[in-house]
Amino acid sequence: MTTGLLLLTTALKILFILLVTVGAFAPMLVWAERRQSAMMQDRIGPHRAGIRLPAGAADAFRASVLPMRLAAAASGAVGALLLLLLAFAWAADDASWLPVSPLELTATGVGLLVLGGILDVGSKIHGMLADNGGNISLAGLLHPLADALKFIFKEDFVPPKADKLLHSLAPIITLMPAIAVFAVIPFSDVLYLEHWDAVVPRNGVVTGDVTAIPLQVANLNVGVLFLFAIAGTGIIGAAIGGYASDNKYSLIGGIRAASQMVSYEVALGLTIVPCFMIYDSLRLEAMATWQHDNGVWGICVLPITIAFVLFFTAAIGETKRIPFDLPEGESELVGGYLTEYSGMKFGMFFMSEFIEVVGLAAVATVIFFGGWDLPFVYRDGIDFPGVWDAQLASFVMGVEYNGAVEGIDATGIALAHWGVLALGVVGFLAKIVALIWFQLLTRWSLPRFRYDQMMQLCWKGLLPAALGNILFTGVVVLLGEGAMQMAVWSGTFVVVGSIVFFFLPALKRDPRVPAGAQPAAS
Amino acid sequence: MEPADDILLDDDAALELPAEPMRLNMGPSHPAMHGTIRMVLDLDGETVQNVDVQPGYLHRGFEKSCERGTWAQVFPYTDRLNYVSPMCNNVGYALAVEKLLDIQVPIRAQYYRVMLAEIARICDHFTCNGAAAMELGAFTPFLWILKVREWLWHILEAETGARMTHSFARIGGMAAEPTPGFKAAVRARIPEVRKVIAETETMLIKNRIFLDRTQGVGILTKERAIALGCTGVIGRASGIPYDVRKDNPYLVYGDLDFEVPIGQDGDNWDRFSVRFEEVHQSLRILEQCLEKMPDEGPVSVSDPRITLPPKSEVYNTIEGTIAHFKLIMEGLKPPKGEVYSFTEAGNGELGFFIVSDGSGTPYRIRVRPPCWFNLQAVREMVMGDMIADIIPTFGSINMIGGECDR
Repeated sequence: MTTGLLLLTTALKILFILLVTVGAFAPMLVWAERRQSAMMQDRIGPHRAGIRLPAGAADAFRASVLPMRLAAAASGAVGALLLLLLAFAWAADDASWLPVSPLELTATGVGLLVLGGILDVGSKIHGMLADNGGNISLAGLLHPLADALKFIFKEDFVPPKADKLLHSLAPIITLMPAIAVFAVIPFSDVLYLEHWDAVVPRNGVVTGDVTAIPLQVANLNVGVLFLFAIAGTGIIGAAIGGYASDNKYSLIGGIRAASQMVSYEVALGLTIVPCFMIYDSLRLEAMATWQHDNGVWGICVLPITIAFVLFFTAAIGETKRIPFDLPEGESELVGGYLTEYSGMKFGMFFMSEFIEVVGLAAVATVIFFGGWDLPFVYRDGIDFPGVWDAQLASFVMGVEYNGAVEGIDATGIALAHWGVLALGVVGFLAKIVALIWFQLLTRWSLPRFRYDQMMQLCWKGLLPAALGNILFTGVVVLLGEGAMQMAVWSGTFVVVGSIVFFFLPALKRDPRVPAGAQPAAS
Repeated sequence: MEPADDILLDDDAALELPAEPMRLNMGPSHPAMHGTIRMVLDLDGETVQNVDVQPGYLHRGFEKSCERGTWAQVFPYTDRLNYVSPMCNNVGYALAVEKLLDIQVPIRAQYYRVMLAEIARICDHFTCNGAAAMELGAFTPFLWILKVREWLWHILEAETGARMTHSFARIGGMAAEPTPGFKAAVRARIPEVRKVIAETETMLIKNRIFLDRTQGVGILTKERAIALGCTGVIGRASGIPYDVRKDNPYLVYGDLDFEVPIGQDGDNWDRFSVRFEEVHQSLRILEQCLEKMPDEGPVSVSDPRITLPPKSEVYNTIEGTIAHFKLIMEGLKPPKGEVYSFTEAGNGELGFFIVSDGSGTPYRIRVRPPCWFNLQAVREMVMGDMIADIIPTFGSINMIGGECDR
């Protein structure tokens, strides 16, 4: 690769990362957090703000719900019937009685199913709009922009006896590492520049003279270690800010931040060791590739399942958000290390907190949720092994099947290289959004720890558990393939079980009081 | 401090660097010091070595102000004692003057007073428990609870015309009859209030963090609670089964069936759960009152020397005009004497000691604010705890500055 190309691609990747994190995710997160918290707390918030539609819109929306739902049901039913016909024909291995060719039948059936789904979602959206009085409740998206403007134009107050240099330096020291974390995060698979519009083989081995561009800013061989080193610097900013503010509350907050960093950094590092042992690499892109090639996300391997719980706890501790927001400790410490900050300096602390949330979600996605890996998406396209095999393919395509058919035995739907990579990016971002949402739920549900309890959780809870998990992982790895297979089964069982038994019931219970319980008009 | 630290400190005392405790001024202007209390803390790291609790920043001279108006003009001042549950104060003061006059209000007014006071008590307990969650960082349950308080304030507003400063009780009765929709509104809200309590509890009482933060923190023993004169929730959480409504029944409390919950350890957790349990008991009282309260009948005694005549009489009859003029300009005139009357307010025993010289103006009114006595316990509660425990412990006292400093 030439230096020019290297510089160009790196610049593009940095731009992409900055756009995604600072440009899109952080402001959207501000909005989403306000919206989410307002919904959870059943109070006025962005979810009730709206772009007002013309009069009668609400009635029109409400009137359209039932027809749309009926149409969705009809469309889905017809689609399912057509596919059932296809299944009968396939079972009888005779397509001659079908009015149309199997391919047309499949296309129509799947198309009608998808249409039904879209109509169903549409009817739900119309129902929500009608409930909202015909308002489009996406208003408030510009609120973060107004926030940023406010931060910039507010007075930048520095306490008279504060250390002016350190006071100004602290927000920068906090913000920069939060962004730098993204340097080692792979947001998709390796891009083979010459093959961008061709189909690359499933194993990803491309022969010949190709330019391989990893879709991450820096593919360091120390990967995760770089991440820890950088994330650790973040809290130094808080500690310095607390020290430099000339305020006792700030000082206590800063000291709390420093001790929290020291403790949780240790735990954070150890919780993730089982992942190195199983993935056999420190590189984040290698971890994602391992999960893709083995067809299993890390979260579904038992030692890594345990590691995820421990890691996520410790990592929330690193982001200094509830239940670990002791450095800020708004009830006893006024604002902790933030007490003497205002204007854009406060804004930078604020922004770095949100970017840290995105960063944590990104790291967890790569290490535990397969990174850019999506189910049924392979390097050569989309495939449903076991469901969509060559025999079915040949039947639907109307091609004679005799063992292997030219052009069809590479089963599935072939996708060009760039398409697969783009799907990977989309999948990666979707997983980040899901994890961010989970963090928002946590943040608005839990009370705060006390200082000694937080330390006990770290040194007496997370740390021994992480060490035990390392031992357990060692045993699993030493026992070899069979034990690994067991770990995958039991891990999947634990994940699916906890989703079905804990997460879904909790989601189903609407925390808000039903609509009938609104305050009486007065 | 861990037990091992003690040993280390003893042995290695000579190796320690010289250190002195940090003195930290918490309040009077501190976001969590509601009621502008100042606490001067001596901190050893995070541990509180000593604390000096200084009230008085909200002193407005309530008792002195009462001496310049008529007896009836005291009501607006009582609204501003415990401003979270002003109906309790209204009723308390009205009962004191009625004791001096030796009169009893009609039965309908008694039930009406009980119901309004219980609604106010629920608001008081809810505010405190919601704040307890918020001070531990759990903001969501706090807002759920405030939503309920808003519902109840809607009811009180419909009845009295004001959300907080009602001034609704009168000597010898109430200012107005219950509105026609009063009973229906209360009846509709009771199940919803129960539901929100249950929801809030799911967020808190099974939450390990919340339990760890409240259990064993801010302990006040029964002996000390008695010695300091703590009443109300603080006393009951410490195990003193004293509730004025039960032990010295006033109004119709003697006819109502309710229980007095008491705690065991006197920690923040006990105070939290006693408050929620008392809300349940208040709801029971409300349900019984809904059954028993007559729909017809006067809400004031029919004595022209005490009760203002209706406006139609004031404008149309000479007797009415004179009675109105005398009551407004000179005020009602209780007999000469002293009386101490006490009721169960949101925070405990709210007492009014009043002295009358036989004129239309109080000679002296002295309030026994429950908060004042409960506040004395804060120092003992937080000594040796950590700085983060101060705010929840102080919050669990439910100190209301207007009542404490008067």
